[in-house]
This record gives sequence, structure tokens and C-alpha cells, in this order.
Amino acid sequence: MEYEPVIGLEVHVQLKTKSKAFCGCSTEFGKEPNSQVCPVCLGFPGSLPVLNRVFLDYAIKVALALNCTVQEKHKFDRKNYFYPDLPKNYQISQYDLPLSKKGYLDIVVGDKTKRVGINRVHMEEDAGKLIHEEDTSLVDFNRTGIPLLEIVSEPDMNSPEEAYEYLTFLKSVLGYLDVSDCDMEKGSLRCDVNVSLRPKGVLALGVKAELKNMNSFKGTKDALVFEIRRQEEILREGGKVIQETRLWDAKLSETFSMRVKEEAKDYRYFPEPDLAPFIISAQKLEEIKKNIPELPRQKLERFVKDFCLSEGSAKILVGIKKDADYAQSCIESWEGKDKKPVVNWLIGPLLFEANKRKCGISDLNIPGGNIELINLIKSAEEAKISNLAAKGVLSESLDTAKLAREIILEKNLYQVSDTESLDKIAEEIIKGNPKSVMDYKQGKANAIMFLVGQMMKKSNGKANPIVARDILKKMLTDGG
Amino acid sequence: MAIDEGVVKHVAHLARIELQPGELEKLSRQLQSIVDFIDKLKKLNIEGVEPTSHILPISNVLRPDETRESLSTDMALMNAPCRKGNFFSVPKAIE
Ligand SMILES: [Zn+2]
Repeated sequence: MEYEPVIGLEVHVQLKTKSKAFCGCSTEFGKEPNSQVCPVCLGFPGSLPVLNRVFLDYAIKVALALNCTVQEKHKFDRKNYFYPDLPKNYQISQYDLPLSKKGYLDIVVGDKTKRVGINRVHMEEDAGKLIHEEDTSLVDFNRTGIPLLEIVSEPDMNSPEEAYEYLTFLKSVLGYLDVSDCDMEKGSLRCDVNVSLRPKGVLALGVKAELKNMNSFKGTKDALVFEIRRQEEILREGGKVIQETRLWDAKLSETFSMRVKEEAKDYRYFPEPDLAPFIISAQKLEEIKKNIPELPRQKLERFVKDFCLSEGSAKILVGIKKDADYAQSCIESWEGKDKKPVVNWLIGPLLFEANKRKCGISDLNIPGGNIELINLIKSAEEAKISNLAAKGVLSESLDTAKLAREIILEKNLYQVSDTESLDKIAEEIIKGNPKSVMDYKQGKANAIMFLVGQMMKKSNGKANPIVARDILKKMLTDGG
Repeated sequence: MAIDEGVVKHVAHLARIELQPGELEKLSRQLQSIVDFIDKLKKLNIEGVEPTSHILPISNVLRPDETRESLSTDMALMNAPCRKGNFFSVPKAIE
């Protein structure tokens, strides 16, 4: 029997407002413990929360970008539970009248587009941070009350790759909206995963496990690969998957049970009496909609249509807004109708150099700017210099801040295309390799590539391979 | 809805309330009468009545995104039952 994984993601993302959700404490990361706290976020009696206007605006922006319906009226509720990171013993969250519902996010897996449903996007506050020592836990409440969005997907994903792409596209959208750092290592984006297996073709869902503690997108994918295999083994042996929370251990590359008694969750939600409801006018929605830039999905479609890119190539280029804008300016600077040469450079050598330098392609600051880059690509395209040499020139130009054309001249990299000097080399090579010449004449077409290689060698890599091949062909045919 | 002692025990546990001997019986009775009252409301025809989540006729109370001075760390930790460095120290919350 074949099993199909069913995956749903619950993403929590911190919004980068200056002050907290309901009080004026700073949200700055990495400050001294308990230095950004006040009576409101510490839950002192008599203190009253007031909602941060920018939190609401950012939340609506995200909801709209994820194609959700923003509810005309929404309210906050108290979610009651006891844990040392929660000073009020309740979290201000949203329950039955959340900010927004029923959206979707289109993702690209391989070269295929898939639509993943979004169940809801709602607002809440973050909890504090615990550091566990030998026999105590230390509590830092600086994080308490930082604006948090909960983005809940439908269980629409069926592979670890789809979950990975969902996270990648979601992060990309949030980056375009400029509302969050989305740094999993810093905890500004966190992700819980629900995963279950069902026999392929069956509609009913299997028993799910909830995975926590992943600190990267890749970790999330790895955790899913492990967990799907674990559940499959259990089911194949006729066993039963237990509904439980499991933690991902990145070092051991496995998930393990939290081994806590899972009581039915009973948060006793009730309306937060300290916060009046919120009414969102159509005019307000229009205003915010106007400030949403072209999103990665639309940009991807435009790149595919206008520049004839594959979805795969376009996906690589649109991930981060400023890199996408940079890519667009390069593509537009390329005169030819066929944009492939410049695109291949963007997702090839440029991306390689950017990764090496741990930055984006727009941060490379190529000496001489776009024009120099376009000329370099043109030189390679017209075989004035070899592709390999051109890549080396780019790398050196970035290292030394020298212009590409200066490096080409300095190193004498222009390929020899003039037939006179190449004729001479070709004659020598033909004389020196009678066996390959014979092979070619007897119909082994590949033998010519060996001879071209010999010409490249002889010319220190400077012979234009296309011209060299043509000369060889001509000589070997004419010569009888 | 019938409130038995099991329900009261469960709710007391959720609220981390320790019940004294005799209280279980007394509270079960009191809670039952409260729930009976709610059941009475359930019988009313409330079609077209919007659910109340807040008793004041106000909405959209917002503040600008501006930081204000927080408490000093010493002040924040002043009443902590146990302090370690600049942290609140609590019994270990994980096994
Ligand atoms: Zn505060």
C-alpha cells in the first residue's frame, strides 16, 4: 500500500513594529533581560492594553497579500493557560472573530504551481523566553507582548518539499511587504507542523503528530522526511500512530516524543474585556491595498511572460524584492530579444558569487555597474572570451574592484578568432594527431572535439572553440 | 448542563485552585445554579441580536507605534519571589 503524507503548517511571525502590541516597550532584539518590560506586558493589576496602530496595519497588509478576507469586525480573546513565560496567565489572541479568514498562497514546486489554502491570519502577542538551567528556569519577559501573527495553512501539502516551498514563498511575501525579519534563528519566524499519513486515495485523515523545535526551513523539511518515514514504518507493521507533540533534534536528525500527558486543550477562551472590538472600513482596506507592492507571485508570472523565463528560473530571481528588482534592471539592459544569456548569468555566476559572499545579487556592487556586467556577458556570448574566463573575470572584478574589461586586457583573455593564426595551429594539430584525424575521417564525429581541445591547449585556452572547430572541419574535408 | 464534582475538579485544576475539604460539594452546588441561570437565557429568542463581546459602544481604540520608557530592571524584578541576575527564576519548567 502506498501512503500519502498530509501536512499543515502553523507559522508564527513577529512583526517589526518599534513598540510592542499593547504597550510602549521597545521590541529591539538582544537587549539585557527584563529591560523592556512595563506594567502592561508584565500583567500587573490595573494596567490596560491599547492596540498598536501599525500592528493592525501590518496584519491587514499580510492578510490581503495572502488573499484572505479581512473581517469587517474582529475582536481579541483571552487564551488561558499557565506557563512561566506568560505573566498574565493568558495570552491575548483571537478566537472566533479573527482578523481574517480563507486565503491562499501559490507555491512553485519543481516547475509546477500549487495553491495552498490559508485557514486564517490572526493577531496575538508573543510570550517571554525561558532559559533552562540545572534546576531552575530563568524568565526574560522582553519578548512578551511583541506583535505576532499566526498564519494557519490548510492541510494542503503532501510532501516535505511542498512544505519547504510554502515556507519559502511565505517568507518571500512577508519580505516584499517589509513587515518582518523572518529570521528563524532569531525566532522572529517560528513554525509548527502537523503531519499525518493516509493510504493513497483515501480521504479521511490519519492520526497526526505535531512537530516543534525546528530552527530553519531545511530543518523543517528534514524533520518531515524523518517523521513521515517513522509513521510509515509504524503503519506498515500494523501499529497505530499516537497523537502527540514531538520535538525535532537537529543534531541527531530525529524527532522524539515530548512525553507529556496530552490533555485535551482547554484554553477557556473568552472575549478580552480590556480591548474594544475593531471595525475595518472598506476605505481602510483600499488604503492598505494601495501600499502593497507587486508580490513575488505576480512578478514571477510577469518574468515568465515578458522575458520568456521558465517558472523555475523566475522563482530563483523573485525570492527577495531588491534582488528581483536588480535582476529586472539587468534583463532590461540586455538588448537582444532572447534574454536567456543574461538570465543564465544571473542564476549562474552571479548567484554563485553572491552565495559565496553570503549576500544577494543586488549587493554584489559589480565595478562599473550594469553596463560592465552586460558587456562581460556579451563578450562571453560572442565568444570573444571563453565562458570559463568570463566567470573568472567576474569573480576577480568583485574581489579587486577592477573593471571587467581592464582584467580581460591585463590578462590578455580575448580569444583568438582570426583565422590566420588559428589556421597555423590547426595545421600543427592535424599533423601531430594522425589517429584522431583518421577516426574523424572514418565517421567518428566526436574525434573533432578532441582536436579542438588540442587547439585550445596549444593556444593557452584562447582559441575561439567555435572558429577552431570550423577551421578543423574545413581542413579535414577539403584536404580529402 | 449538569455540574458534577468531576467538572468542578477539572475547572479547579485548570485554574490552579486547590480546594479545601467541603468546598467541592459547596462549589458544585453554586456553579450548578449559575449554569441553570445561563440555561434559562438559552431559551430566549435571540434571533437578530448581535452577540455582545464588549459592553461599551466603542471600537478602534488605537495608539501610535511609539516607544515609551520601560520599567527599570530592578523595579520590574522587585517583587519577584526569586531572582537570578536580571532574570526571574522559577522552578524548572521542563524535564
Ligand atoms: Zn510593556
